[in-house]
Amino acid sequence: MELELKQIRNTLLVRVKGEMDMLVAEKLRKEIDRRLETKQITNLVINLDKVTFIDSSGLGVIIGRYKKISSLNGKMFIVGASPSVRKILMFSGINKLISMYNNEQDIISI
Amino acid sequence: MKNYVRFEFPSVPENVSFARSCVGAFAAQLDCTLEEIEEIKLVVSEAVSNSIIHGYKNQPHGKVLVMATILDDRIMEIMIEDNGIGIADIKQAMEPSFSSDPSRMGLGFTFMKSFMDELEVVSQPGEGTNIKLKRCFLVKDKEALA
Repeated sequence: MELELKQIRNTLLVRVKGEMDMLVAEKLRKEIDRRLETKQITNLVINLDKVTFIDSSGLGVIIGRYKKISSLNGKMFIVGASPSVRKILMFSGINKLISMYNNEQDIISI
Repeated sequence: MKNYVRFEFPSVPENVSFARSCVGAFAAQLDCTLEEIEEIKLVVSEAVSNSIIHGYKNQPHGKVLVMATILDDRIMEIMIEDNGIGIADIKQAMEPSFSSDPSRMGLGFTFMKSFMDELEVVSQPGEGTNIKLKRCFLVKDKEALA
């Protein structure tokens, strides 16, 4: 898994590349939480455009970060999920909690 | 039995990806779609992750055994076995959203039930866990239906 974290004002943009399973879940959780706890962040955007696989360990990281940013009165967005990843996100019901967009530009425009 | 693959590995997270990729590649021998192979990979990932996380409490000393069998042109059976701590209440473990770990979603068994046609769990505390999954693929060749 490759991870790119970028802060734009009060928004943390996380671009994930590769497979989101139990091997990478812990690293992903730590990297995001470290920034949520130390920076002034109220929006969290996770870009899954280059994620080729996700299972319940990956979903757990997403839902855990959603709970965390919500407790800070922030918002979370998911962008760019491929059809196979989107299917799992929708199956889990995450799409009912977190808004999903096709790309980063869609979020900037809202 | 037409064909099978059987492999064993230590309970380390690095092997989850290997296990699902291996079974997914094996499933490609059947007349199944890429979407169906993705579902097979997902359920293997869930079962193997369960063995490592819950069965062995993330300790690397355990062993996980995976066996995938093609029973005929349409049916695949997957067995995942560990010698971990076992499951005290299988019914509770299989409930959607139940997890012994609050940071997890408890979707592993839900995925297995939803994407496979049969799921059998044999487990007792201290006796390890044996999971059998069966998937029947639809015949896609129209000539075969004629």
